[in-house]
Amino acid sequence: MTASFGPLANRRLLLKGAGLVALIGLGNAVLHAAPAFAATNDNKYPEDAFRQKNATDAIKALYGRDHEASDKIKLDAPEIAENGGVVPIAVTTTLPDVTSIAFIVAENPNALAASYKIPEGTVPAVANRLKMAKTSSVIALVESGGKLYSATKEVKVTVGGCGG
Amino acid sequence: MASSIRVRAILNGEIAEVQTLIQHPMDTGLVKDAKGELIPAHYIQQLTFVHKDKTVFLADWGTAVSKDPYVKFAFKGAAKGDELKVSWVDNKGATDSLTATIQ
Repeated sequence: MTASFGPLANRRLLLKGAGLVALIGLGNAVLHAAPAFAATNDNKYPEDAFRQKNATDAIKALYGRDHEASDKIKLDAPEIAENGGVVPIAVTTTLPDVTSIAFIVAENPNALAASYKIPEGTVPAVANRLKMAKTSSVIALVESGGKLYSATKEVKVTVGGCGG
Repeated sequence: MASSIRVRAILNGEIAEVQTLIQHPMDTGLVKDAKGELIPAHYIQQLTFVHKDKTVFLADWGTAVSKDPYVKFAFKGAAKGDELKVSWVDNKGATDSLTATIQ
Protein backbone atom coordinates (compact mmCIF):
# COMPACT_ATOMS: atom_id res chain seq x y z
CA MET A 1 0.00 0.00 0.00
CA THR A 2 2.64 2.47 1.07
CA ALA A 3 4.44 1.93 -2.19
CA SER A 4 1.42 3.10 -4.17
CA PHE A 5 1.24 6.37 -2.21
CA GLY A 6 4.58 7.50 -3.49
CA PRO A 7 3.73 7.84 -7.18
CA LEU A 8 0.28 9.21 -6.35
CA ALA A 9 1.69 11.98 -4.21
CA ASN A 10 4.20 12.71 -6.91
CA ARG A 11 1.51 12.89 -9.47
CA ARG A 12 -0.47 15.31 -7.36
CA LEU A 13 2.58 17.49 -6.88
CA LEU A 14 3.16 17.39 -10.59
CA LEU A 15 -0.40 18.48 -11.30
CA LYS A 16 -0.15 21.29 -8.80
CA GLY A 17 3.11 22.34 -10.37
CA ALA A 18 1.60 22.28 -13.83
CA GLY A 19 -1.32 24.41 -12.66
CA LEU A 20 1.04 26.93 -11.17
CA VAL A 21 3.13 27.11 -14.31
CA ALA A 22 -0.03 27.59 -16.38
CA LEU A 23 -1.13 30.43 -14.11
CA ILE A 24 2.23 32.14 -14.28
CA GLY A 25 2.24 31.67 -18.04
CA LEU A 26 -1.16 33.27 -18.33
CA GLY A 27 -0.10 36.20 -16.20
CA ASN A 28 2.86 36.78 -18.44
CA ALA A 29 0.77 36.60 -21.57
CA VAL A 30 -1.63 39.21 -20.24
CA LEU A 31 1.15 41.51 -19.07
CA HIS A 32 3.03 41.31 -22.34
CA ALA A 33 -0.03 41.56 -24.54
CA ALA A 34 -1.04 44.87 -23.01
CA PRO A 35 1.84 47.02 -24.32
CA ALA A 36 1.57 45.38 -27.74
CA PHE A 37 -1.92 46.79 -28.00
CA ALA A 38 -1.21 50.20 -26.57
CA ALA A 39 -0.47 51.47 -30.07
CA THR A 40 -3.75 50.22 -31.53
CA ASN A 41 -6.13 51.23 -28.75
CA ASP A 42 -7.06 48.42 -26.41
CA ASN A 43 -8.36 44.96 -27.08
CA LYS A 44 -11.78 45.51 -25.57
CA TYR A 45 -14.69 44.00 -27.47
CA PRO A 46 -16.41 46.85 -29.41
CA GLU A 47 -19.92 45.97 -28.19
CA ASP A 48 -21.41 49.29 -29.22
CA ALA A 49 -20.18 49.09 -32.82
CA PHE A 50 -21.63 45.60 -33.24
CA ARG A 51 -25.00 46.79 -31.96
CA GLN A 52 -25.41 49.50 -34.63
CA LYS A 53 -27.96 48.79 -37.36
CA ASN A 54 -26.52 50.58 -40.38
CA ALA A 55 -23.07 50.81 -41.87
CA THR A 56 -22.51 54.52 -41.22
CA ASP A 57 -23.27 54.25 -37.51
CA ALA A 58 -21.21 51.07 -37.14
CA ILE A 59 -18.17 52.66 -38.78
CA LYS A 60 -18.59 55.77 -36.65
CA ALA A 61 -18.82 53.67 -33.47
CA LEU A 62 -15.83 51.53 -34.40
CA TYR A 63 -13.45 54.13 -35.80
CA GLY A 64 -15.00 57.52 -35.21
CA ARG A 65 -13.85 58.81 -38.58
CA ASP A 66 -14.71 58.85 -42.28
CA HIS A 67 -13.28 56.43 -44.79
CA GLU A 68 -12.14 56.94 -48.36
CA ALA A 69 -12.07 54.38 -51.16
CA SER A 70 -8.66 52.95 -51.97
CA ASP A 71 -7.54 50.87 -54.95
CA LYS A 72 -4.80 49.42 -52.75
CA ILE A 73 -7.37 47.19 -51.06
CA LYS A 74 -8.37 43.98 -52.79
CA LEU A 75 -11.71 42.66 -51.60
CA ASP A 76 -12.40 39.10 -52.64
CA ALA A 77 -16.06 38.14 -52.51
CA PRO A 78 -18.30 36.14 -54.85
CA GLU A 79 -20.53 37.98 -57.38
CA ILE A 80 -23.36 35.68 -56.41
CA ALA A 81 -23.62 33.80 -53.13
CA GLU A 82 -25.93 30.81 -53.36
CA ASN A 83 -25.94 30.32 -49.62
CA GLY A 84 -26.08 33.56 -47.64
CA GLY A 85 -25.20 31.62 -44.49
CA VAL A 86 -21.66 31.00 -45.63
CA VAL A 87 -20.12 33.65 -47.88
CA PRO A 88 -16.34 33.43 -48.20
CA ILE A 89 -14.88 36.94 -48.06
CA ALA A 90 -11.22 37.90 -47.99
CA VAL A 91 -9.24 41.10 -48.09
CA THR A 92 -5.61 41.88 -48.81
CA THR A 93 -3.97 45.28 -49.03
CA THR A 94 -0.70 46.88 -50.03
CA LEU A 95 -1.34 49.85 -47.73
CA PRO A 96 1.45 50.39 -45.17
CA ASP A 97 1.21 50.34 -41.35
CA VAL A 98 -2.13 48.55 -41.18
CA THR A 99 -3.50 48.34 -37.64
CA SER A 100 -6.95 46.89 -38.24
CA ILE A 101 -9.28 45.41 -40.84
CA ALA A 102 -13.07 45.23 -40.56
CA PHE A 103 -15.95 43.82 -42.61
CA ILE A 104 -19.33 45.49 -42.99
CA VAL A 105 -22.38 43.87 -44.60
CA ALA A 106 -24.54 46.94 -45.17
CA GLU A 107 -27.93 45.21 -45.40
CA ASN A 108 -27.52 42.87 -42.43
CA PRO A 109 -29.62 43.54 -39.29
CA ASN A 110 -26.36 44.66 -37.68
CA ALA A 111 -23.97 46.00 -40.28
CA LEU A 112 -20.62 45.25 -38.62
CA ALA A 113 -19.69 41.60 -39.14
CA ALA A 114 -16.12 41.29 -37.95
CA SER A 115 -13.18 43.44 -36.94
CA TYR A 116 -9.56 42.30 -36.76
CA LYS A 117 -6.61 43.89 -34.99
CA ILE A 118 -3.42 43.64 -37.01
CA PRO A 119 -0.39 44.14 -34.75
CA GLU A 120 3.00 44.97 -36.24
CA GLY A 121 4.50 41.89 -37.88
CA THR A 122 1.13 40.48 -38.92
CA VAL A 123 0.34 40.42 -42.63
CA PRO A 124 -2.52 42.82 -43.53
CA ALA A 125 -4.76 40.14 -44.99
CA VAL A 126 -7.73 38.23 -43.59
CA ALA A 127 -10.03 35.57 -44.97
CA ASN A 128 -13.26 34.59 -43.25
CA ARG A 129 -16.83 33.43 -43.86
CA LEU A 130 -19.76 35.70 -43.18
CA LYS A 131 -23.55 35.49 -43.12
CA MET A 132 -25.53 37.73 -45.46
CA ALA A 133 -29.25 38.24 -44.92
CA LYS A 134 -29.80 39.41 -48.49
CA THR A 135 -28.10 41.04 -51.48
CA SER A 136 -25.88 43.75 -50.07
CA SER A 137 -22.75 45.72 -50.51
CA VAL A 138 -19.82 44.39 -48.51
CA ILE A 139 -17.34 46.97 -47.27
CA ALA A 140 -13.80 46.11 -46.24
CA LEU A 141 -12.28 48.78 -44.01
CA VAL A 142 -8.54 49.08 -43.56
CA GLU A 143 -7.00 51.34 -40.95
CA SER A 144 -3.58 52.37 -42.22
CA GLY A 145 -1.24 54.96 -40.76
CA GLY A 146 -4.08 56.45 -38.70
CA LYS A 147 -6.40 56.84 -41.71
CA LEU A 148 -9.37 54.76 -42.77
CA TYR A 149 -9.64 53.31 -46.28
CA SER A 150 -12.27 51.10 -47.85
CA ALA A 151 -13.18 48.82 -50.73
CA THR A 152 -16.76 47.92 -51.57
CA LYS A 153 -18.30 45.09 -53.53
CA GLU A 154 -21.89 44.11 -54.23
CA VAL A 155 -22.71 40.48 -53.47
CA LYS A 156 -25.98 39.01 -54.75
CA VAL A 157 -27.55 36.55 -52.35
CA THR A 158 -30.03 33.98 -53.66
CA VAL A 159 -30.85 32.33 -50.31
CA GLY A 160 -30.48 34.54 -47.23
CA GLY A 161 -28.34 33.56 -44.28
CA CYS A 162 -30.87 34.19 -41.56
CA GLY A 163 -33.04 31.14 -42.10
CA GLY A 164 -30.67 29.08 -39.97
CA MET B 1 -13.90 16.19 -25.05
CA ALA B 2 -12.19 17.12 -28.21
CA SER B 3 -11.29 20.78 -28.57
CA SER B 4 -13.65 23.05 -30.47
CA ILE B 5 -10.61 24.56 -32.17
CA ARG B 6 -8.67 23.21 -35.12
CA VAL B 7 -5.58 25.10 -36.22
CA ARG B 8 -3.11 24.62 -39.01
CA ALA B 9 -0.09 26.88 -38.76
CA ILE B 10 2.47 26.37 -41.49
CA LEU B 11 5.69 28.28 -41.92
CA ASN B 12 6.31 29.39 -45.47
CA GLY B 13 9.60 31.25 -45.70
CA GLU B 14 9.45 33.87 -42.97
CA ILE B 15 5.67 33.97 -42.84
CA ALA B 16 3.51 31.64 -40.77
CA GLU B 17 0.13 31.05 -42.35
CA VAL B 18 -2.57 30.21 -39.83
CA GLN B 19 -5.91 28.64 -40.70
CA THR B 20 -8.44 28.12 -37.94
CA LEU B 21 -11.75 26.34 -37.80
CA ILE B 22 -13.91 26.47 -34.68
CA GLN B 23 -17.03 24.50 -33.83
CA HIS B 24 -19.60 26.99 -32.59
CA PRO B 25 -23.31 27.57 -33.38
CA MET B 26 -22.88 31.35 -33.87
CA ASP B 27 -26.62 31.86 -33.24
CA THR B 28 -27.73 35.37 -34.21
CA GLY B 29 -30.68 35.62 -31.83
CA LEU B 30 -32.93 36.38 -34.83
CA VAL B 31 -33.79 32.83 -35.86
CA LYS B 32 -36.80 30.92 -34.51
CA ASP B 33 -36.76 27.22 -33.67
CA ALA B 34 -39.39 24.66 -34.75
CA LYS B 35 -41.77 25.86 -31.98
CA GLY B 36 -41.55 29.43 -33.20
CA GLU B 37 -39.45 30.56 -30.25
CA LEU B 38 -36.38 32.69 -30.79
CA ILE B 39 -33.09 30.90 -30.36
CA PRO B 40 -31.06 33.21 -28.07
CA ALA B 41 -27.92 34.80 -29.48
CA HIS B 42 -24.88 32.64 -28.86
CA TYR B 43 -21.73 33.65 -30.67
CA ILE B 44 -17.97 34.00 -30.25
CA GLN B 45 -16.99 37.59 -29.52
CA GLN B 46 -13.22 37.41 -29.38
CA LEU B 47 -10.65 35.06 -30.79
CA THR B 48 -7.02 35.65 -29.83
CA PHE B 49 -3.75 34.26 -31.15
CA VAL B 50 -0.66 34.60 -28.97
CA HIS B 51 2.86 33.80 -30.12
CA LYS B 52 5.71 34.17 -27.63
CA ASP B 53 3.62 36.33 -25.27
CA LYS B 54 2.66 38.70 -28.09
CA THR B 55 -0.84 38.89 -29.49
CA VAL B 56 -0.35 38.43 -33.22
CA PHE B 57 -4.02 38.51 -34.23
CA LEU B 58 -7.26 39.46 -32.50
CA ALA B 59 -10.69 38.91 -33.99
CA ASP B 60 -13.77 40.75 -32.74
CA TRP B 61 -16.82 38.97 -34.07
CA GLY B 62 -20.50 39.77 -34.29
CA THR B 63 -23.38 37.45 -35.09
CA ALA B 64 -22.76 37.74 -38.85
CA VAL B 65 -19.78 35.41 -38.73
CA SER B 66 -20.85 32.05 -40.16
CA LYS B 67 -21.59 29.01 -38.03
CA ASP B 68 -18.44 26.97 -37.32
CA PRO B 69 -16.24 29.99 -38.09
CA TYR B 70 -13.19 29.89 -40.32
CA VAL B 71 -10.48 32.51 -40.36
CA LYS B 72 -7.10 32.76 -42.01
CA PHE B 73 -4.24 35.17 -41.36
CA ALA B 74 -0.44 35.22 -41.50
CA PHE B 75 2.33 36.71 -39.40
CA LYS B 76 6.09 37.12 -39.41
CA GLY B 77 8.68 36.21 -36.80
CA ALA B 78 7.76 32.60 -36.12
CA ALA B 79 10.00 29.54 -36.32
CA LYS B 80 9.15 25.91 -36.89
CA GLY B 81 8.16 24.25 -33.61
CA ASP B 82 7.02 27.52 -31.98
CA GLU B 83 3.81 27.42 -30.01
CA LEU B 84 0.75 29.43 -30.98
CA LYS B 85 -1.94 29.78 -28.35
CA VAL B 86 -5.47 30.16 -29.65
CA SER B 87 -8.39 31.06 -27.41
CA TRP B 88 -11.95 32.28 -27.79
CA VAL B 89 -14.66 33.67 -25.54
CA ASP B 90 -18.34 33.86 -26.47
CA ASN B 91 -21.19 36.15 -25.39
CA LYS B 92 -22.22 33.66 -22.68
CA GLY B 93 -18.73 33.71 -21.18
CA ALA B 94 -17.80 30.23 -22.40
CA THR B 95 -14.21 29.80 -23.52
CA ASP B 96 -11.92 27.30 -25.12
CA SER B 97 -8.24 27.33 -25.97
CA LEU B 98 -5.65 25.29 -27.76
CA THR B 99 -1.91 25.45 -28.21
CA ALA B 100 -0.84 24.63 -31.73
CA THR B 101 2.66 24.01 -33.01
CA ILE B 102 3.91 25.87 -36.06
CA GLN B 103 4.91 23.38 -38.72
